[in-house]
Amino acid sequence: MTDDSNKMPDNQMTGAEIVLKALKDNGVEHIFGYPGGAVLPIYDEIFQQDEIQHILVRHEQGAGHAAEGYARSTGKVGVMLVTSGPGATNAVTPLQDALMDSIPLVCLTGQVPTTLIGSDAFQECDTVGITRPCTKHNWLVKDVNELAAVIHEAFRIAQTGRPGPVVVDIPKDVQFATGTYTPKPETAANVSYQPKTQGDINAIRAAVELMASARRPILYTGGGVINSGPEASKLLRELVKLTDFPITSTLMGLGAYPASGENWLGMLGMHGSYEANMAMHDCDVMICVGARFDDRITGRVNAFSPNSRKVHIDIDPSSINKNVHVDIPILGDVGAVLEDMVRLWRALPNRPAKAQTEDWWTQIHRWRARKSFSYKHSSDVIMPQYALERLYELTRGRNTYITTEVGQHQMWAAQFIHFEEPNRWMTSGGLGTMGYGFPAALGVQVAHPDALVIDVAGDASIQMCIQEMSTAIQYNLPVKIFILNNQYMGMVRQWQQLLHGNRLSNSYTEAMPDFVKLAEAYGGVGMYCDDPKELDQKIEEMIAVKKPVIFDCRVANLANCFPMIPSGKAHNEMLLPDEATDEAVANAIDAKGRQLV
Amino acid sequence: MNAHQQPTGSAYFIAPETAKAESHTLSILVNNEPGVLARVIGLFSGRGYNIESLTVSETEHEAHLSRITIVTRGTPTVLEQIKAQLERIVPVHRVVDLTVRARDLGQERPIEREVALVKLVGQGERRAETLRLADAFHAKVVDATVEHFILEITGKSSKIDQFVAIMKPLGLIEVCRTGIAAMNRGPQGM
Repeated sequence: MTDDSNKMPDNQMTGAEIVLKALKDNGVEHIFGYPGGAVLPIYDEIFQQDEIQHILVRHEQGAGHAAEGYARSTGKVGVMLVTSGPGATNAVTPLQDALMDSIPLVCLTGQVPTTLIGSDAFQECDTVGITRPCTKHNWLVKDVNELAAVIHEAFRIAQTGRPGPVVVDIPKDVQFATGTYTPKPETAANVSYQPKTQGDINAIRAAVELMASARRPILYTGGGVINSGPEASKLLRELVKLTDFPITSTLMGLGAYPASGENWLGMLGMHGSYEANMAMHDCDVMICVGARFDDRITGRVNAFSPNSRKVHIDIDPSSINKNVHVDIPILGDVGAVLEDMVRLWRALPNRPAKAQTEDWWTQIHRWRARKSFSYKHSSDVIMPQYALERLYELTRGRNTYITTEVGQHQMWAAQFIHFEEPNRWMTSGGLGTMGYGFPAALGVQVAHPDALVIDVAGDASIQMCIQEMSTAIQYNLPVKIFILNNQYMGMVRQWQQLLHGNRLSNSYTEAMPDFVKLAEAYGGVGMYCDDPKELDQKIEEMIAVKKPVIFDCRVANLANCFPMIPSGKAHNEMLLPDEATDEAVANAIDAKGRQLV
Repeated sequence: MNAHQQPTGSAYFIAPETAKAESHTLSILVNNEPGVLARVIGLFSGRGYNIESLTVSETEHEAHLSRITIVTRGTPTVLEQIKAQLERIVPVHRVVDLTVRARDLGQERPIEREVALVKLVGQGERRAETLRLADAFHAKVVDATVEHFILEITGKSSKIDQFVAIMKPLGLIEVCRTGIAAMNRGPQGM
């Protein structure tokens, strides 16, 4: 026997080695995970290399949200690695979160050895069965020779078309087995999945002609613009400049168009601005760019923008005509379609005169003057809106990324923190996952070590993934948790006031932890503020700290989030802050609306 | 139950569905791989769509392709949504609404056929009557003893419904139906 015959050919390796090599070949630098019995061979490989950094979280849910935050702030695919059974089931929440918000995520799960599958083995669960409805696609890999191809395909599916989460379930014996590594294919092997990015030029032409004829146009943009990449945001800005159309955005799309832009109407929807919602209701041409007519956006569907003709640009055919009927659907990637749109608009023989939309703008200015985000200032207690206004003022111009949890603080953050660039705002829009913001912030900080990353949190939400403080300390991730602490699950309480006769069932936090001590117990910095006069100085202090900070900002306990479109109402039936008296709040929603979520 | 008619399932769908529900037959070409049927039927249950009939079998062994035929019920909007959602499933190659295709081709319906096996027990005059009726329906005897018959019948679902109803008093004890296999008329392929 010669020496050569003892050496394995380069493409022969163990399943665990294949996993690491495939990740590297797909450009992965960081993975978020938690070890366990069924992924030990992969962890052993991680130990023996240093190209990929593994971030050890304290709960698998944290790994998933961190990977989501990482993905959303970079445009890259987020990667998480968890063990079988409870590891996989704990990953379900972030998977569904990523599915609803169209975030590219590759989740690798360990599985019991193939010979034990179906035997109710220790830490066994039907991972592909459980994650089938909460992923874009998933695989159980039973043959080590297929592993590399599956991982390459997983990355392709996660990031192309409408992005989303995928799961690759790898039994332990497959991780140990030796097989052939196949390189990333030039062209996709799977013929059944070939998303289309170019829009139909005739449809785009029809849309541009409709836009040119509009007297009351509006651009309604969403997360699709962000997902399409920075180029799409540039094109969107160009289109707004060319057309001088007013523009609003969903929660997911904030930052695609700068909040300082003249045509910006603010966010629309349930807690959106009066001018955005009124303009949506009264427009004659609506151009929906990468948004999906979610129920938080439309309000009562049969009263949604009743007199407009609608254009809908979306990469997912199932989004077209799902909730709202549209006149001109354009299937394709937002960036590609906007490029054509800008080109065709420039080529219009008769571009509409400014006068065509003059009345419309006058009307919009009247709505704007209503100042729907106004609130009563107090010199004794910190109003939550004031806290965020100050946070924004003191962090603007810095390299700032904002994440949020879910609830009132999230809506106030969307109203009072303004974004100039895409990929700066990470929030759980579709699923509404409390506990999202802090781990997501960790993911953002891993990708942008020098940036200022702030998780705007509520006192209830933050306790859902607070264990990740330990992760923040371990990896020196100086994330700032800014808690608007009102001692309530504020949004739950607000709905109980609106819908359930002010019976505040289980929405008061009786046993609030001392957040300052909690931060210190983990090795971070705790701060406390309950005086509006001290707020600025404390926020400055927080920004200056180069460690994880929990900032317990005590705010007015009973403040509610307005304006609001109550359930079952239309855009032009908003409840404005100055009209939201106790009586109006109690009667805002009728019996039928009460059944809704 | 149809999710789009029930306001409780989703936040704002309180507009009553005014369009009329229709039965459509969908043909779905999929990769023959583990879990693909679960993906398809999971979509139907998860989104509150109906399945009235479901048939699945490998149709091209070398290409690893299976064909799933589903009869479902919904308003035109819901049916369009079902098709779009099915097309989103990664191993799904094509979805054709055979009912819509038939209309486009100026035909009333696609060809829809079902096979049923029907077991009857009995003696004497009942057996003769069974065979007479089987003959009238072009049903074949595929198994028999002196006390039983198994009949095989092929045809439209309505014909099989009728056959089963007629056979009930003649000692019918067991029925097995395949569900619908369907195809459009004419020279064009799927």
